[in-house]
Amino acid sequence: MKKLINGAGSVVADALRGIAAAHPGLRVDAENRIVVRAGGPSPGKVGLVSGGGSGHEPLHAGFVGYGMLDAACPGEVFTSPVPDQVIAASAAVHGGAGVLHVVKNYTGDVLNFQLAAELCAEEGMEVTSVLVDDDVAVRDSLHTAGRRGTGATVFVEKIAGALAETGAPLAEVARVAREVNTRSRSFGVALSACTTPASGKPTFELSEAEVELGIGIHGEPGRARAPMRDARELTGVALDAIHEDLPLSGDVLVMVNGMGGTPLIELYVAFAEVAGHLAERGARVARSLVGDYVTSLDMQGFSVTVCLLTDELTRLWDAPVETPALRWGR
Amino acid sequence: MGARLLTSAFFGAWIEEAARSVRAERDELTRLDAAIGDADHGTNLDRGFTEAVRALGDRRPATPGAVLVLVGSTLIRKVGGASGPLYGTAFREAGKALGEAPEVSPADLAAALAAGVAGVRRLGSAAEGDKTMVDALAPAAEALTAALAGAVREGPGADGAPEAGTPAVGRDGHPSAPEDGRDGHPGAPVDGPAGAAGPDGRGLAAALAAAAEAARAGAEATIPMPARKGRASYLGPRSVGHQDPGATSAALILRALHTVAARW
Repeated sequence: MKKLINGAGSVVADALRGIAAAHPGLRVDAENRIVVRAGGPSPGKVGLVSGGGSGHEPLHAGFVGYGMLDAACPGEVFTSPVPDQVIAASAAVHGGAGVLHVVKNYTGDVLNFQLAAELCAEEGMEVTSVLVDDDVAVRDSLHTAGRRGTGATVFVEKIAGALAETGAPLAEVARVAREVNTRSRSFGVALSACTTPASGKPTFELSEAEVELGIGIHGEPGRARAPMRDARELTGVALDAIHEDLPLSGDVLVMVNGMGGTPLIELYVAFAEVAGHLAERGARVARSLVGDYVTSLDMQGFSVTVCLLTDELTRLWDAPVETPALRWGR
Repeated sequence: MGARLLTSAFFGAWIEEAARSVRAERDELTRLDAAIGDADHGTNLDRGFTEAVRALGDRRPATPGAVLVLVGSTLIRKVGGASGPLYGTAFREAGKALGEAPEVSPADLAAALAAGVAGVRRLGSAAEGDKTMVDALAPAAEALTAALAGAVREGPGADGAPEAGTPAVGRDGHPSAPEDGRDGHPGAPVDGPAGAAGPDGRGLAAALAAAAEAARAGAEATIPMPARKGRASYLGPRSVGHQDPGATSAALILRALHTVAARW
């Protein structure tokens, strides 16, 4: 598998140099491996920190900027960041109003953020953590590590970031973040596996005739393998799984997300079908996002994330945002 | 007693041996992880143990406890993923259990290993049977304690027998029964007086052989289990048939401990 890299060992560091060169609004601290907004912490504003393994770009560094995250901590490819990164990021964005950690529910992310939060507290920072676990493919949470955090992370970071920008206190920002997570569900489908730079080989085998239903975002296989079907049926499987877990109605925010190797034209094909499936269930697409937002390297596939909107959530979604990957209204 | 006590040099040698072993098995660990996880376990542990050896060389901690705490902190800081905090916590808790003594006994080592396992269980909320590193670590800690205490692992149904793996005094209830000459081999019950690391350390080596074998067997026993923790748990029944990479690396690290003890 050909990769546009200089070497498997330096992928994350090299990409961070690219982010620094491309986006003067961001400050890349190469030593601590964090990306923060240029200009330092805003006094009185809650600082938003997220992070996770690399390979999901634009998540998370692409969402650092006005109206969204204050800092991101990229780990190695598909490996959660270490506590030192999270502590450095928290200290860099702490403006006296506390820090919110947005954590995707994967064992590694949870443990590293938990250790970091304890050490931040010892250093006198007020930290609240919000766990994102929107993936309905994980059914039996008693016998697993629990539902994974996937596409809803973008919604949580955008909406909580918008509220933080108004000067709302930490408890309020955490409340709205949890509310977005509670009202959101995702389901992903892979048409191909992905290939990590270190291994050079696909993380699992998938024939031309098969798809993997219920994938996560780390190249890990999903809930079941099934025969390849057309976009209408595959989006139907995703919407059925979501609707079964959270009945869909009213105004919804919908993201059809590419896993990294899916052409945009196919994502729009999928979006048309998603909109149809939603209409059949009496839900209305009020806000939407189509494109690569939470990727899995070069995986072909898509995920659908739906959030049941309220007036407050719609208003915060519409609020201005200026990051490398999301920008409007400013 | 005359048993040779364990110094910081012993623990440093363990970590170096573990680092060599992880390096040698890196690709195999990653291959196991690719089957049911995300294909980075070998790479991550190799990076962590390499850093741990470097940190020990730079800082040269004076006590066994300080060696293990430094190793644990380094793993937490450098590895990431779940294995960094979990192994890091295991080494930190083990190091803290050893306190500040400049030399420790085999029994202290057994208590430290037990403390490390307890730390992993707590942080990971994992129990035996969940298809995690606990499946290798817990039986190893029990085997070491039992072997050093001279307990006999009775078969099921033996009247009044302690449960397998339960630390116990000798069969006759006398903790200082005389050495009976059996030095044990992997997987075998090891008889001997409490803390029976002989003057030449063979007792400790034998006990650690039993621990390493228990870890190996524990790792192998994860093959038919469905994973209930960590990323493999998302596969549910499809994780059956694969050996857990974390249990496999735990067995490697315990084998390294035996290797070092055998030449101590």
